[in-house]
Formats: sequence, structure tokens, C-alpha cells
Amino acid sequence: MAEQASSSIGDYIHHHLQNNQLQLVDGSSFWVINLDSLFYTLLTAAVFLGLFSYVAKRATSGVPGRLQNFVEMVVNFVNEQVQDTYHGKSKLIGPLALSIFVWIFLMNFMDLIPVDLLPWLGQKLSGNEHMYMRVVPSTDLNITFGLALGVILLVFYYSFKMKGVKGYAKELLTHPFGPKLFPANLLLNTVETVAKPISLSLRLFGNLYAGELIFILIAVFTLGYTLEHFLTASGIAMTAGQLLLGLIWAIFHILIILLQAFIFMMLTIVYLSMASETESH
Amino acid sequence: MNINFTMIIQIIVFFGVILFTMKYIWPVILGAIEEREKKIADGLAASDKAAKALAEAENKAVKLLKEAREQASQIRDQAHQQAIKIKDQAKNEALAEKERQLEAARAEIEMEAARAKDALRKQVSALAVAGAEKLLNREVDEKAHADLLAELVKEI
Repeated sequence: MAEQASSSIGDYIHHHLQNNQLQLVDGSSFWVINLDSLFYTLLTAAVFLGLFSYVAKRATSGVPGRLQNFVEMVVNFVNEQVQDTYHGKSKLIGPLALSIFVWIFLMNFMDLIPVDLLPWLGQKLSGNEHMYMRVVPSTDLNITFGLALGVILLVFYYSFKMKGVKGYAKELLTHPFGPKLFPANLLLNTVETVAKPISLSLRLFGNLYAGELIFILIAVFTLGYTLEHFLTASGIAMTAGQLLLGLIWAIFHILIILLQAFIFMMLTIVYLSMASETESH
Repeated sequence: MNINFTMIIQIIVFFGVILFTMKYIWPVILGAIEEREKKIADGLAASDKAAKALAEAENKAVKLLKEAREQASQIRDQAHQQAIKIKDQAKNEALAEKERQLEAARAEIEMEAARAKDALRKQVSALAVAGAEKLLNREVDEKAHADLLAELVKEI
């Protein structure tokens, strides 16, 4: 009985951590698409773009409505962060920072939706009782790496654009120890460049994955309960415990999802302003 | 948990989202914000200017009022003085007139008195002559005694 219960808990957790995948090429581990991550990343992007372009289309320089006020607050906040860090004019960095901040926040926000609600809905709608579904795109390494690689590609683009190929090569070879130690410089700069997207994506992934895992573990409290279980003393205690823990963790998690979106945005701005700084320091 | 093709799609989506934001969202919203900031700044400047103009106008009004009050009191003083002057003048004139009238009356009285005296004297002299005539009981040659009479008249 106990063994069966623990294995069902294991199954439950595994099921929650398994992406709904589409195999493009048989036997290949790369030619696979995580349908659920892709669906929710596109959904959150659509929510972000839809909301903001809706407001932008109706934007007035007169008295703003509540929605416009809110959107302007977000835009102003991001703009302030950009102007504090990036000294120069760029048409890209503002929109980039805004997209990253809001998009990642929305992806992370999926974590606050009860863990079983959307998978359950998916299973009901598709009729497939065992359908896999992970609803938080930022708990998928592919998504966070995709974002971080996008950022690092922009860092390369900015480095080449602002310093030229020669200038960038010179910086890679002579910075920070001077031209005599160019192998050390190159090694250090390579590590630094590689570390940027990895730290960026793993930080986001790690925080959100851990958060999701804890939500799943809290959900295990009343796993497999029927109405009879809820009526026993231990059932009531477990339910109360789950609700309380879920509430506490969700409140704490609001901070985390916002903070992680903010950190991702800030680091992106910092990386790009480092890439576009022309004079050596 | 492996890296797979999803990542490539995510990169493409990422650039799509950024391009869209860059083109349709960021400049529009920021433009509206900046325009509003400018409007507000203009409005504040205008209200500042208006407040300054108001203060100036108030100052001017106070000054004008003060001036007007001063002028009014000046005019009143002047009028007062003029009235006093006119009164004095009238008084003086009346006094002078009174003097003059008095003088004239006095002169007339004197003249009347002189005339009466004259007539009285003449009558006295006539009476004296008649008295003397009667006293003497004789005819007196008026002509012969005219000198005598004239002397008498003078004496009186």
C-alpha cells in the first residue's frame, strides 16, 4: 500500500515534469519540439503583444485611461532602467528590455496558476487521460536558452556594430591583461562570453523549475483523495496544510517571478551596454 | 529536459517579439508619454506665467488704488482750502462792503447835518436880523448891512 502510494506520487511528479513532445525525426533527441512550452510561450507573447499594441493603438497624450496608465507605468519603469544603465541612443534596447521583462514575467506567471488546472483542462479537451502538459515555459531549458541565446546574438551584433570586427577582436585579445598575455585574455573573454547566456538562462530556469517543483510537491498532499478522504480528520488536516503551504509559497513566488523577470532584463541591458561601450576601461 | 529544436524556434519567436515591440509598441507608447510630458510642462509654464501676470496686475491695482486715494484726498484738501478761501474772501468782501456802506451813510449823515446846520444858521441869522430890526424898529438897509450879516454868519 505504502509502496504503491509512493510510486503514484513519483508518477505524478514525473508526469508533471514531462513535456508534451513532437518527434520530428525518429530516434533523434534534437529534432523534437516541446509543444506545450511552445504553445505557452506563444500564448504569453500574444498576451503581451496584444495588450501592449492594443494600448499603443489607443494611446492618447491626453488623460490616459487605467489600462494605458498601467502600461505606461511599465514602459516608464523599463525606460528608466535602460537610461540608468545604457548611456547612448538605441532604438533596440528599450523595446528589447520591455519585451523581455513583460514576456518573462507572463511566462513565470503561469507558475501561479494551480498546477493541475491547465493539464486537467487539456486532458479533458483532448480526451487523452495521459496527455503531458507543462504550463510554465520558463521551466523549460529550451525556452530560457532560446531567450539567452537571442540576447547573446544581440550582444555580438552590438559588439561588431559599435567596435567593428577589428575593435572587437582587439578587445578580446588585449583585454584585460594587455597584448602580451593574449592567450589568457582570449580564454578569459571566451569564458565570460559563454558564461553570459548560460548564467542568464540557468538562473531563470533554476528558480522557476524549483518553484514549480515545490508547487507540485505541495499538490501531492491530497493526491488521489476522494470525497471520503476529505471527510476524515487527517484528510482535513492535509487539505488545510496544502492550502496554507500553497498560499504561502504562491505569495512568496510572486516576488520570485517578478524578480527573475527583472534580473533577466537588467542583465540584458548591462550586457548590451557593455557590448556597445567603445572606449576601453 | 534535453536541448532540442524548441530552442531554435524560441530564438526566432524572440526576435519576432522584439521586432514587433520595436515597431508597434515602444515608440508609440513612449511618444504618447513624451507628448503628455511636454503638454504638462507647457501647461505648468503657462500657469506660472499667468500667476505672475496676476500678481503684477494685483500690484498695479493696489498702486492705482493708492494713487487714486491720494489724489482724492488731495482734491478734497484743495477743495476744502478753496472753500475756506472763498468763504474768507466773501467775508472780507462783505466786511468791506459794510465799511463802505457805513462810510457812505456816515458821509450822508454828516452832509445832512452840515446842511441842517447851514439852514439853521441861515434861519438864525434871519431871525437875528428880524430881531434886530424889530429891536431897532427901524428899517435896516439890507444892503448896507449885508457885510455885517455875512460877518455874523461866519462867526456862527
